Amino acid sequence: MTMNLYAAQNPASSKVAARALDVHYGEKQALFAVDLDIRAGEVTALIGPSGCGKSTFLRCINRMNDMVDGARVSGSLTLDGSDIYDRNVDVVQLRARVGMVFQKPNPFPKSIYDNVAYGPRIHGLARDQAELDEIVMNSLEKAGLLGEVEDRLQESGTGLSGGQQQRLCIARAIAVAPEVILMDEPCSALDPIATAKVEELIDELRENFTIVIVTHSMQQAARVSQRTAFFHLGKLIEVGDTEQIFTNPQQPLTQGYITGRFG
Amino acid sequence: MTEMAQTTAAATRTAETVAARLGRRYAAERRFRALGLASILMSVAFLAILLGTIVQKGWTGFMQTQIALEVSFDPQVIDPDGGRDPLTLDTADYADLVRNAMAARLAPDADRNARRDLSSMVSTMAADQLRRMVTGNPALIGTKATVWLLASDKLDMVSKGQAPRQPGAVGNVLNDRQLAWLGALEEAGQTRKTFNTTFFTAGDSRAPEQAGIWGAVVGSFFSLAITLLVSFPLGVATAVYLEEFAPTNRWTDLIEVNINNLAAVPSVVFGLLGLAVFLNVFHLPRSSPVAGGLVLALICLPTIIIAGRAALKAVPPSIRQAAAGLGASPLQIVSHHVLPLAMPGMLTGTILGMARALGETAPLLMIGMVAFIVDIPKSPLDPSAVLPVQIYLWAGSSERAFVEKTSAAIMVLLLFLVSMNMVAIILRKKFERRW
Ligand SMILES: Nc1ncnc2c1ncn2[C@@H]1O[C@H](COP(=O)(O)OP(=O)(O)OP(=O)(O)O)[C@@H](O)[C@H]1O
Ligand SMILES: [Mg+2]
Repeated sequence: MTMNLYAAQNPASSKVAARALDVHYGEKQALFAVDLDIRAGEVTALIGPSGCGKSTFLRCINRMNDMVDGARVSGSLTLDGSDIYDRNVDVVQLRARVGMVFQKPNPFPKSIYDNVAYGPRIHGLARDQAELDEIVMNSLEKAGLLGEVEDRLQESGTGLSGGQQQRLCIARAIAVAPEVILMDEPCSALDPIATAKVEELIDELRENFTIVIVTHSMQQAARVSQRTAFFHLGKLIEVGDTEQIFTNPQQPLTQGYITGRFG
Repeated sequence: MTEMAQTTAAATRTAETVAARLGRRYAAERRFRALGLASILMSVAFLAILLGTIVQKGWTGFMQTQIALEVSFDPQVIDPDGGRDPLTLDTADYADLVRNAMAARLAPDADRNARRDLSSMVSTMAADQLRRMVTGNPALIGTKATVWLLASDKLDMVSKGQAPRQPGAVGNVLNDRQLAWLGALEEAGQTRKTFNTTFFTAGDSRAPEQAGIWGAVVGSFFSLAITLLVSFPLGVATAVYLEEFAPTNRWTDLIEVNINNLAAVPSVVFGLLGLAVFLNVFHLPRSSPVAGGLVLALICLPTIIIAGRAALKAVPPSIRQAAAGLGASPLQIVSHHVLPLAMPGMLTGTILGMARALGETAPLLMIGMVAFIVDIPKSPLDPSAVLPVQIYLWAGSSERAFVEKTSAAIMVLLLFLVSMNMVAIILRKKFERRW
């Protein structure tokens, strides 16, 4: 397997670095020796056909795979140079640093305010009510939702539209002030207008967060990401600057996928 | 062209076949619907018959017959030496006052036999009634007053039409002389039927007109309180552990199978277990709500656990993932999100389990809750009856006047059961959530 130039970075300089990462679900191997670096302050898009292991890779970074029975991770995966799967790593702390937005909007059946305040509350990020209010307002503002919900913060988060719910989930994730945000097909349940809003939002969030996004839409990957990684059958085929991947892919598989010949 | 004709022909054939089968399909559907309707009607009819007989037999149990008598509060009987000593007033022979009043009204020159007949028309409670009046107001002594006194169960039955009125008829509960006296009283407007408060305030009694369900209601309440206190926390904790924390292995599978089996174990078996463990090993008081409540808790536990696990399973995994993704610990995920969402389902299951416990009889007989207990229990440690056992006791009584009490008590029990189920439904409706 020809390992491309971009992956051969110094792991210490990248935010998240995977080296020879294998993941098994019981007998079935879902990821094969993945080497991938996620750079800080960039949006990295993961693309590839269904079942190729994009979500699996994403779930490794915040150890959501721990919740899956029979999931085993081997190889090395580091966040800021320290091993995510080290025995001393506290999952609670890790997930405070690595937030996640899911494919289907999943707000808690609580008020909009409580949805956003939940993370800061359990991590004790606010010293008093005023500070908590500020965090909530800031997060809603950053998620581009404040204007729409300002006057109904006490209403249920499940009463919002799909797109609003997804932005609420993003606000909920950034309220914890994580370093990395993982997004697993965040727009797949949204209409084009809501999608555009979320994409715009991702672009703005890039300044403060490192973002990894899984998407099935090439256009979306091209629009929002700086780097793109292409997975196929559990293997990382190619990773590079988004522009290069879409205009000048090095691997025939990548070429075939982005031109729509399979996948 | 031919190809197209073929397709058209095939389509026509399909349409015809479907049309031909359509009639049969609709007929089958109509038959099915008619069957369903018939079975519903049948069960409604059975229910109506059941409730109808109970109400028809039992509604008179909520009424009691009283006799108006001019009672002379004779100082000679109550307080011969005029000291107005409370003890003297309390222990005086008020039954004699009742007998005198009856004799004065109906047979002024009655002999001993006649006086016995007279006094058996009035409940022994009438004397208590007079005692309460006098101790409450000693100024009554030496005066005369018209008082409504509780009739005996026999007079009550005749007056309600549950026993024959004709002298000499088969199954008479009053003799000819008594029937004549009753006639005289009724003619003078000296009998009436009032609401039977005794039934709701008294404990059990050998005398049907003095028997009430309050002791059994209190006993049931204590038992159910114990049951709830024990089975709800245990059941919820077990359900949460098994569903959220337990590793999936052979042991948890085994436990799960056993819990499901326990739910199907006949309740008498739990009664035997309670007898062996709670009475013989732990020496809890016999026929007390503590022992009864613990046995009922054992019976409820599997139901609560199963309902609880179902409610936990119904919480969408996306909620757990959302909380986990924010860094909530497993305990926080459960206590902040999963448990509150599952609570309505758990409460419904618990109330239904409690409703079942309220109606349980057999296991309580095993731990001796079948004793005849007059006193109203003051604590869960006092011996007491419970509603279904009280019904069982009265149903087996040889006194015919208990028939209406039995049905009346059944009505009260049903009322409790229905209201508990209503609460379950309201809870479910109230907390139903969307996600
Ligand atoms: N919980 C699991 N248990 C067993 N196998 C799993 C589990 N989750 C994923 N897999 C398997 O791992 C492989 C990768 O799955 P993954 O969900 O990562 O794919 P994906 O690239 O995200 O696909 P999609 O684009 O459809 O979301 C698949 O073959 C899948 O069947
Ligand atoms: Mg996926």
